[in-house]
Amino acid sequence: MSSITGHSAIDELPTSDGRPPLEADRAGTGRLGDRIFGGLATGAGLLVVALVSLVGVFLVVQAVPSLLNNNANFLTSREWVASGAEPRFGIVDLLWATIVTSVIAMLIAVPLGVAVALFITQYAPPWLTRSAATLVDLLAAVPSIVYGFWGLTVAGQYFEPFAEVVDRVLGWLPVFEYTGTPSAKSTLAFAGLILAIMILPIVTAISREVFAQVPTTHKEGALALGATKWEMIRVAVLPFGKPGIISAAMLGLGRALGETLAVTLLLSALNTSSAFSFSIFGGGETFASRIANDAGEFDSAQKTGAYIAAGLVLFILTFIVNAAARVVIERRKAFTE
Amino acid sequence: MSAVRTLDESAPPATTGVDDFGGKSTGRALTDQLARVVMWAAFVIALIPLVWILGTTVLKGGQMLLDASWWGNSQSGITARRVGGGAVHAIQGTLIQAFVTALISVPIGVLTAVYLVEYGRGRLAKTVSFMVDILTGIPSIVAALFIYAVWVVTFGFQRIGFAVCLALTMLMIPTVVRSTEEMLKLVPNELREASYALGVPKWKTIMKIVIPTSFSGIVTGVLLGLARVMGETAPLIILGPYTKVIATNLFDGLMATLPTMIYQEYSENLQPAVDRVWGAALTLILIIFLLNILGRFVGRFSKVRN
Amino acid sequence: MKIQRLGAMASLALVGSIALAGCGSDNNTGTDSAGAAEGTASSSAPADCFEGTLNVEGSSAQKNAIDEVAAGFKEKCSGATVNYNPSGSGAGIKQFIAGQVDFGGSDSALKTVEKDGKVEATEAATACGSPAWNIPMVTGPVALAYNVKGIDKLTLTPAVAGDIFSGKITTWNDPKIAAVNPGVELPATAIKVFFRSDESGTTENFTKYLKAAAPANWTTEPAKTWDGKGEGKAKSAGVAEGVKSTDGGLTYVEWSYAKDNDLAVAAIDNGAGPVELTSESVGKAIATAEQTGTGNDLALKLDYATKVPGAYPINLVTYEIVCSKGKDPEKQKNIKAFLKYFASEEAQKTIEEIGYAPLPPEVQTKVVAAIDAIS
Repeated sequence: MSSITGHSAIDELPTSDGRPPLEADRAGTGRLGDRIFGGLATGAGLLVVALVSLVGVFLVVQAVPSLLNNNANFLTSREWVASGAEPRFGIVDLLWATIVTSVIAMLIAVPLGVAVALFITQYAPPWLTRSAATLVDLLAAVPSIVYGFWGLTVAGQYFEPFAEVVDRVLGWLPVFEYTGTPSAKSTLAFAGLILAIMILPIVTAISREVFAQVPTTHKEGALALGATKWEMIRVAVLPFGKPGIISAAMLGLGRALGETLAVTLLLSALNTSSAFSFSIFGGGETFASRIANDAGEFDSAQKTGAYIAAGLVLFILTFIVNAAARVVIERRKAFTE
Repeated sequence: MSAVRTLDESAPPATTGVDDFGGKSTGRALTDQLARVVMWAAFVIALIPLVWILGTTVLKGGQMLLDASWWGNSQSGITARRVGGGAVHAIQGTLIQAFVTALISVPIGVLTAVYLVEYGRGRLAKTVSFMVDILTGIPSIVAALFIYAVWVVTFGFQRIGFAVCLALTMLMIPTVVRSTEEMLKLVPNELREASYALGVPKWKTIMKIVIPTSFSGIVTGVLLGLARVMGETAPLIILGPYTKVIATNLFDGLMATLPTMIYQEYSENLQPAVDRVWGAALTLILIIFLLNILGRFVGRFSKVRN
Repeated sequence: MKIQRLGAMASLALVGSIALAGCGSDNNTGTDSAGAAEGTASSSAPADCFEGTLNVEGSSAQKNAIDEVAAGFKEKCSGATVNYNPSGSGAGIKQFIAGQVDFGGSDSALKTVEKDGKVEATEAATACGSPAWNIPMVTGPVALAYNVKGIDKLTLTPAVAGDIFSGKITTWNDPKIAAVNPGVELPATAIKVFFRSDESGTTENFTKYLKAAAPANWTTEPAKTWDGKGEGKAKSAGVAEGVKSTDGGLTYVEWSYAKDNDLAVAAIDNGAGPVELTSESVGKAIATAEQTGTGNDLALKLDYATKVPGAYPINLVTYEIVCSKGKDPEKQKNIKAFLKYFASEEAQKTIEEIGYAPLPPEVQTKVVAAIDAIS
């Protein structure tokens, strides 16, 4: 579905006579019906703008009192004690876990998703193309919580030997140190792996779509010059699809950052006195999992505010990622055209 | 030509330029074969978790679905240690919430798309389009927290089904906007112009010509959007606590849904409950899958195509 | 317009499926997998039935108990439904004061001292128009559940437990553990402590115990968030699963979860010899607890450091908080009927089977008397 590529009609460049596309008409006649309908449409557009702004405003308004009441530095503290008379909460650990799991997910899902998309558009025999695409899309039909439960009770146990091997080979690097606590299926690495499976359909779907739009002339040109299929892909398909891949990756990243239940079920939280660890085989909690974990009992304004503050950071994080994706795509477009 | 320029940036110097394509050395043929193998392997690797998850779910949950009471009864009076009961309360809740979510988000989404395609220009349109992008990226838990901040904290309302619908609406609007936009763009401008030439006002043209032409495409987008929000669990946990009995009132009391049923039964941690986790998971996957199929099916009848 | 019709059909199908789902049934005859409720369905004691719904909210600690009892009650009175929303004790009290629920469930009695400028007990009394009573109904012992290969009998003292949970003891064959477990061959396995990563009354209760019984070994203040060692898991199901799948695992968890997952439970030695976790040992602790409420307000003060022989010290009592004299007589009657059933030997026996301890006879008599006095 191109609905998730983030391309929009108004992003298209003006036509030669300087008018935006689809604007060839000025048929709005000022009649009552036109004014009402146009007003409604504009209203809906404004509503969307208002909605996003309201998200920001409401989260800030609710978070501020708690933040003012916070006895620790919100940005630099590793603690998270949101309730009680002396709340102390900060986002360092949450931010770390969120970013590590998302980056792991990206490192796996983006190359794999692009490869799968290339397979579907360039390599798969015709009889397989359609069903292969549907199969990968099916992964998106599995609800997040099912991934978590499956990872915890079914797949997780097979991750233990993998973690041990990585530790034996690369364990001298702090990043790959595996101490056995928490157990492998509760580590950031495994949560990242599950996230990778979850964002794979998104990355694949969007990449697939742009790859399918590569002009045949580009491809045939490369082949005519004697390129092998792989070389054709490298010179014609991948460069053409680059903005699409970036957009896919960013969308996947956005999803991974905010994914909740799978991570909540899998990850082991750190205890308050544990030292900060750089290992991907460590525990931790992401913003989303921390929020969901205590969602049942938002019993004081102070506590609710602290969690809303965490949600606000997550909102800002995804906002930045999405905005960056858009800027990258726009600049890319301006550059290539 | 952007393609060649990009190659210059990304490829190592040895293979730069078009000169490489002189003759197919064994090395290049080998690389080509290797790439082929890698692509096939990637596809097979991607299938492993899919087959594994679906296989597990069907094996562990399939039995539950064969029982007639699964589709006819709720969990009323069933506790974690007891076998029996059904998921009808949760199925119903999920469907009702999805329906109401669609009811709210489709008009807003379609109108926003109409605005972007037919009316929007200048700064405001750019802003709207940008905000739709941001909305696309908002994590469900943030949407849920926002609704919680408004609904419960600010207005002091109870956590009810309708609050869940509001959160899901936020997640569904961008999908509807983007897919509708895509479809409206595909409607040939000649159609619009012909209509205007006949003196039909713009709004009538949109209502009678543009939207009907792309109707099935829009329906597809809506169905796929629904499929996405139905599996969301985070907003439900924050806004819509689970109940074991049939409840169909969105505005009063608790309401069960399949995701919260899964979450609830998971936390019971006993065999009969765990069986129900898989049963509910399979039910949910089936519903989402059916919506997807339906969406694609409707999409195939679309008058306008890429 | 063929396409439109198609789209309309699609929407119709959606509406149709909802309508179809509308014919579900709440009438279940649940089969008891553990064969536990046998005495329940057939037993003779008739309940005062009513038609209607009671909405209850509060502590998640008693959720399973109240669900089980509500199920049993429904077997007798098919028209009576009790909904329990386990949103937490604080929320339960808040909703009770706001008049949103019929009665509240809380794992601490209404506070009689001022907090944030409000006195819960006074506020509740104002809301009721009469004093609100704390009625102890469900006793949930906290088990120290472990999973160590080859060990099925283990005793811990508060001091040793405090050392383990604060990270001073890290292996199972530590001499301090061996000292309180003569004759048990302990392996060198590392102790893997699991704690609740969500804010939890169980954590608060357990740390209260450690602080009260072994202040030298457990120095941090009791709180709902864990301040010791180990790795955190979401909810009771999470810690139980963690211990179950980890050799050397140890956690504090409600007894029911330990039972359900077949986890071994350590005996506690508070100074008067090892006490196994059984209904009797818990009952003894409740029966010897001091009553802090007056008259029919049965708020209790549990002594964590109790040295009463045979009394299991780590318990959580959940109270049902009710209006002694409600504004809606019909509602009060229904509440009374349900609570009466709840306090009955039959219902208390049912919850015993799922890992709660029944009220000891002394307390039960008082509870029944209090319920009878509700009007």
